[in-house]
Amino acid sequence: MQVTRDFSHYVRTAGEGIRHIDLAVEGVHCAGCMAKIERGLSAIPDVTLARVNLTDRRVALEWKQGTLDPVSFIDRLEELGYKAYPYETESAEETEVAESRFLLRCLGVAAFATMNVMMLSIPVWSGNVSDMLPEQRDFFHWLSALIALPAAAYAGQPFFRSAWRALSNRTTNMDVPISIGVCLALGMSVVETIHHAEHAYFDAAIMLLTFLLVGRFLDQSMRRRTRAVAGNLAALKAETAAKFVGPDEISQVPVAAIHPGDIVLLRPGERCAVDGTVIEGRSEIDQSLITGETLYVTAEQGTPVYAGSMNISGTLRVRVSAASEATLLAEIARLLDNALAARSRYMRLADRASRLYAPVVHATALITILGWVLSGASWHDAIVTGVAVLIITCPCALGLAIPTVQTVASGAMFRAGVLLNSGDAIERLAEADYVIFDKTGTLTLPDLDVTNAGDIPAEIFTLAGRLALSSHHPVAAAVAQAAGATSPIVGAVEEAGQGVRAVVEGVELRLGRPSFCGAEALIGGVILDPEASIVAFSKGSESFILSVRQGLRPDAQAVIAALKARDIGIEILSGDREPAVIAAAHALGIAEWRAGVTPADKIARIEELKRRGAKVLMVGDGMNDAPSLAAAHVSMSPISAAHLSQATADLVFLGRPLAPIVAAIDAARKALHLMRQNLWLAIGYNVLAVPVAISGVVTPLIAAAAMSGSSILVMLNSLRARSAAREIM
Amino acid sequence: MEILVILVPLALMLGGAGLVAFLWSLRSGQYDDLDGAAWRAIADDDPPPQEAPAKR
Repeated sequence: MQVTRDFSHYVRTAGEGIRHIDLAVEGVHCAGCMAKIERGLSAIPDVTLARVNLTDRRVALEWKQGTLDPVSFIDRLEELGYKAYPYETESAEETEVAESRFLLRCLGVAAFATMNVMMLSIPVWSGNVSDMLPEQRDFFHWLSALIALPAAAYAGQPFFRSAWRALSNRTTNMDVPISIGVCLALGMSVVETIHHAEHAYFDAAIMLLTFLLVGRFLDQSMRRRTRAVAGNLAALKAETAAKFVGPDEISQVPVAAIHPGDIVLLRPGERCAVDGTVIEGRSEIDQSLITGETLYVTAEQGTPVYAGSMNISGTLRVRVSAASEATLLAEIARLLDNALAARSRYMRLADRASRLYAPVVHATALITILGWVLSGASWHDAIVTGVAVLIITCPCALGLAIPTVQTVASGAMFRAGVLLNSGDAIERLAEADYVIFDKTGTLTLPDLDVTNAGDIPAEIFTLAGRLALSSHHPVAAAVAQAAGATSPIVGAVEEAGQGVRAVVEGVELRLGRPSFCGAEALIGGVILDPEASIVAFSKGSESFILSVRQGLRPDAQAVIAALKARDIGIEILSGDREPAVIAAAHALGIAEWRAGVTPADKIARIEELKRRGAKVLMVGDGMNDAPSLAAAHVSMSPISAAHLSQATADLVFLGRPLAPIVAAIDAARKALHLMRQNLWLAIGYNVLAVPVAISGVVTPLIAAAAMSGSSILVMLNSLRARSAAREIM
Repeated sequence: MEILVILVPLALMLGGAGLVAFLWSLRSGQYDDLDGAAWRAIADDDPPPQEAPAKR
């Protein structure tokens, strides 16, 4: 059988006879890497463009059509020492990029207008106390209007749209008072200018938009960056499948290029990348990523297999099915939909604040107008004062209070190895007081490890590792990894279903089933771990037993202790069998655990805790966890999790340790504290400024100074979230 | 005060030129890789292209 790698799915046409591909590259950190990659790739004849993006860790490549195969670029990068894989921009990321550019354009326009209007306003302010002619003042006001009105119409779009969406859903959000404030300020200023009045608020209105756009843009660019990293990680997993392109010819194609009805080959030691049904072959498969069950399942003709299952022993042919055909998936999808519908009821802190804020502010403005009319002022003066109240209370600081903290806090989490999937996750994570862990793949590592390596002489273990390199079996791969073996033994022979053997310096080495190595007698001597796979190794007449299983994450115990120290309740809900769960619970000192739990049971348990008033953080990786990840108050997944779970979880953490969970909780708690503090700062500023506005002595100068003062104060306070997440335990 | 006739349009034109320059730089993708751009400024020049040595 012939195997080729086919990346044509990722290649785009970029103009006349030029092909384009984007690669995600691992390990690009500095200018040196950048220059090395660009020179290395440009040296290939016919490459017309090789440009590294250091922010997103990607390379854009263009070459003349028909001369080169994209595989050669990946091989070249491999030679240079970088792992690369073609990258396809997801639609979600594309939207973020477009949105972020739009915000930056709005910000540019608003900043330009602010600076120019300010340049015109300062002469007016100083002219009011010296000798400026009323005609000159009017001229300057008209010029300001000429700049501010079109600029506000363009740069205000993000706010106007969002306010309109909220109003048409009969709710309010922070953008409603912002939009009302900006529109009224501009409208009143135009009317005042027509009537040759002394004060116009063009500067305040456009400055408000500039400050708010800074907040929006920061928020957006942090989210964009997270998406880019997540996209790279997904690409570098390089999920491919061996697809049959002829009766006995297979091609290694990216999963995105596989369609229902295709037939793929699943070899031992491979993780299945598609959902489908076995049509030929017989094997054991590890479905722990799907169900949490660590015992292997037998797969034969007609058995459904899911993406994420690991094939252990035999070779399978799998017909790819559409996702909805699989019954387990349909059940999970149904539970997930229900849970997601319930979750959207959560109301963000900012929206809660604006729901209180908007009516109070608008009522105050109305009362001011009526009050001045009743006390004998003209309607014109009363309305001008009323609008001044709205301008001075326009939630500039309030609008910045939360996005700025979110930006800084998500940056701190990012450095701790946590990616945010949803913007309000920080608030919800900060409230969490009860953590539910899944066991398989979450408390334990997703890959296998040798647990009794310490009992075996080092040189024997190394030899076993080298021999294991010749086998495709996942347990053998774990032995090779644990031993750090890199050079396989020449002449090793694999006997299917038995093990590997080789002869070195006249001594026979065997690795595999205990019976294959003549080590049955030894098994009784080892305390059998219910979860472990036993593999034997023999060298001549000596034989050893290796116990291979999913080990606990290296810092699981410390993390559990750290959570307990923070007064957070802990529980294990696992789909695995009872003995395996008990063992993990004992090792970690967790008193509450449940085993053999179905996805529906997990949701029921979360609902029960919710009714008791607990805010549950669910940490899980299996596909069976996806509905409960959605049902919990907030959720986290390791990066090794099933696709569905990763997409559902609010936060995703990288790497092997669990420490990012504690770091994220700490950062979130600190961030929530700062958000509240910022809201109080903003409210305090309003309490001081509103009486001034009501009394009718506010000038545009006071409005502008108060607005920028409070915004800068809030931004500076937000920066304190940077120092979060230093000490974890 | 007649000087305003010159100064005000001049100021607006300068501001407008700044805005146009910003929008152009945004469109040409200069903000896509802020980390990389910082390093490119101090990186060594690329070695001369293949045909260049022949000219010397």
